[in-house]
Amino acid sequence: MKSLKLFGLATIVALSSLGGCKPKGTETAISGDAAEKVYVAPGKYDEFYNFVSGGFNGQVNVYGLPSGRLLKVLPVFSQNPENGYGYSEETKPMLETSHGFIPWDDQHHLSLSQTNGEVDGRWLFANANNTPRVARLDLKTFKTVEIIELPNSAGNHSSPFLTENTEYVVAGTRFAVPTDDQNGDVPIDTFKENFKGVISFIGINPESGDMDVSFQIEAPGINFDLSHAGKGKSADWFFFSCYNSEKANTLLEVNASQNDKDFIMAVNWKKAAELAKAGKGRKVATEYVHNKWDESTHSATSTMKKEVLVLSVEDMKDAMYFIPCPKSPHGCDVDPTGEYIVGSGKLAALIPVFSFDKIQKAIADKAFSGEYDGVKVIKYEAALYGEVQKPGLGPLHTEFDGQGNAITSMFVSSELVRWNIKDLKVIDRVPTYYSTGHLMIPGGDSKKPFGKYVVAYNKITKDRYLPTGPELAQSAQLFDISGDKMKLLLDFPTFGEPHYAQALPADMISKNQVKFFKIGENNHPYATKGEAESKVVREGNKVHVYMTSIRSHFAPDNIEGIKVGDEVYFHVTNLEQDWDVPHGFAIKGNENAELLIMPGETCTLKWVPKKAGMYPMYCTDFCSALHQEMQGYVRVSPTGSNTPLIYSLNNKKDNAQSPVKKAETK
Amino acid sequence: MKTTSLKKLTRITLLVCGLALCVSIFVPMWSIYLTAPQYPEGLSMFLWSNKITGDYEIINGLNHYIGMKTIHEEDFWEFKILPYALGFFAFLCFLAAFLNKKLWLSVTTLLFLIFGVAFMIDFYMWEYNYGHNLDPHAAIVVPGMTYQPPLIGFKQLLNFGAYSYPNIGGGIMIGVALILVILAIIEFRKPKMG
Repeated sequence: MKSLKLFGLATIVALSSLGGCKPKGTETAISGDAAEKVYVAPGKYDEFYNFVSGGFNGQVNVYGLPSGRLLKVLPVFSQNPENGYGYSEETKPMLETSHGFIPWDDQHHLSLSQTNGEVDGRWLFANANNTPRVARLDLKTFKTVEIIELPNSAGNHSSPFLTENTEYVVAGTRFAVPTDDQNGDVPIDTFKENFKGVISFIGINPESGDMDVSFQIEAPGINFDLSHAGKGKSADWFFFSCYNSEKANTLLEVNASQNDKDFIMAVNWKKAAELAKAGKGRKVATEYVHNKWDESTHSATSTMKKEVLVLSVEDMKDAMYFIPCPKSPHGCDVDPTGEYIVGSGKLAALIPVFSFDKIQKAIADKAFSGEYDGVKVIKYEAALYGEVQKPGLGPLHTEFDGQGNAITSMFVSSELVRWNIKDLKVIDRVPTYYSTGHLMIPGGDSKKPFGKYVVAYNKITKDRYLPTGPELAQSAQLFDISGDKMKLLLDFPTFGEPHYAQALPADMISKNQVKFFKIGENNHPYATKGEAESKVVREGNKVHVYMTSIRSHFAPDNIEGIKVGDEVYFHVTNLEQDWDVPHGFAIKGNENAELLIMPGETCTLKWVPKKAGMYPMYCTDFCSALHQEMQGYVRVSPTGSNTPLIYSLNNKKDNAQSPVKKAETK
Repeated sequence: MKTTSLKKLTRITLLVCGLALCVSIFVPMWSIYLTAPQYPEGLSMFLWSNKITGDYEIINGLNHYIGMKTIHEEDFWEFKILPYALGFFAFLCFLAAFLNKKLWLSVTTLLFLIFGVAFMIDFYMWEYNYGHNLDPHAAIVVPGMTYQPPLIGFKQLLNFGAYSYPNIGGGIMIGVALILVILAIIEFRKPKMG
């Protein structure tokens, strides 16, 4: 009996100690004063704005750091029913392409504009992967103000990356494709002859930020993955990571992983720009769309472009080189001095670091190992500064802390690894949860990193948050990098699948914020600059409603005489001249969306009623104590009926102020 | 008659007063500040001798809830008069200094005091009118509540805290009035000579 008891006790002890043998959970990852370091008290602002790519949602998400609080979701390539972006008549042209209206995309990378290699807080550039496009956002208004489509391209992945004075934003194609002036209707097995990898240089107006495809370079038909411009002494150069030097076109996971080394392509963009200016290259007939937002008319226009200048490998023979890089490089990152170029072979077991000086010397000494499709290949050893040994598995992307160190994300071994740029020794590593892709240090790809934090953008988040069905919340993780050891401070969920991100000190942007649009400067063709100007105009079956909104009513608030099949355009002008007083507009049964109209702005919602009846309209943004009263009616009569078209505001007999007015007919 | 002439210091001070009144034409005279939970940055309105500036359009928007009349520059006949009135008093100061007569000092002081009191009464009447003549159809009617802002100082009006203070121009006017009174007292207490 006693022995049995003992046995039982022993079992319990053994079992519990076995339990202790299980690997430790991730909940022990946080220690010390992490919560204090990310706490931003009510009424206090975050130190940094963090712009995070939305991946497959086609948007850009804005977070505050260090709190990780979501501040805003900015629609760029996707329609956004929240504010009518891509639904309102004014914003529809932003999503036009040569393939028609494309209201979605796959948004991977972001670049903040720079001056002298330092972030300047003016603009944010974003890529669209699927239907190749590059967008510019104005950080005074946080609005997408320009989108340009890229000809001769497919899978705009190596994009958007900027030169150090924002002269050009580049966009390298991920998919090699036949150029637009060649017949694309060719057998896949003619890949090697017919497919080209074109990279685009989009010139940026230094004052207005306006973009224009200045020239393209027709490179060999390999896949461009990422890129970065040089800085300082290497500022005239651009570096692109390439994979699939095998030029495989099927089962790439095997067939594009055969070569021990792929390439980093180095392009002297200054020379390329001079060649383009000197009339080198060929004019390729194509079609691509340029969409521009005009802040004074609160409207976008879409223009079709017909031609683009393309430089060939032959034109670029003294300005473009390949550098071998192990193995399927993803990141291609230049350190703050501009001397070191870090290639991250995502299948490689080491990190190669190239030296700009050695590359220049190799070119001068003609230290080439041969040619690849007419492009000279620099000898690996001649360009190499050194290799970081055993950094971890799956190095993907490197940013710099401004203290002479680099931090690289490791996709396969799920960790961040800090190493010294000079001696290439690993000095610190920290686990991430899990499969981190890109990472970001505020200003970490500029000449002047702000350091302090690194954020890892993870692909898998099991055990981080409450489960939400088969798909879990995406995740970012904030680490303190101010000490010797990187310390996890915070997890925060993100929208979409975050890829790259950018961050900068908040006051660089917040001090320039537009608070409202001046109504006197509103040049929208259908603006209504006062209630007295509000009216309804019929032009055939089109009805234009010149409507105003102010706390807490629309003018007019009653309209009668609309007929089934009419195209009704509500041009709503928000008359407020005060910060943070938008008004919404929605009408029952509309297939479109609602509007969210900023103070001083005019937005247009199209509505085609299909049935006769009474249709309420109302404000969707809680604007005042009387928001719920901000409403009205539209009476819709059957097609062909003779209900007069009239409108009014405050026409009650016992409180008469305004008469019922007859609509104009044109 | 030497006894009716002014001290040199008095004459210089009169010149300074005249110049200050000229300045007051071109600077804000009065400020009204409003704060509320939803306006942490505050709303301000500035009355000049000839115009209103600041956030008065926003204040108009807010006041419609309680049925207060909207503020429009063109409703104030004072804006057409005030710059000239101030200019006139500046001229009087110069004149008194130039004529060097106690009589003219007293005339200037007396007229300016009357003007100052009238100015304040007029300002009070405007505030009274705005605060009391409310639209009976207003959305928010609080029984017994009026919305007259303070002449000088602070007053809580529902969720708004209202502050009213002289700005540079108002400060000049008050200062000039005080100085004129002091000058007049000094000059009349001065022992008679000759």
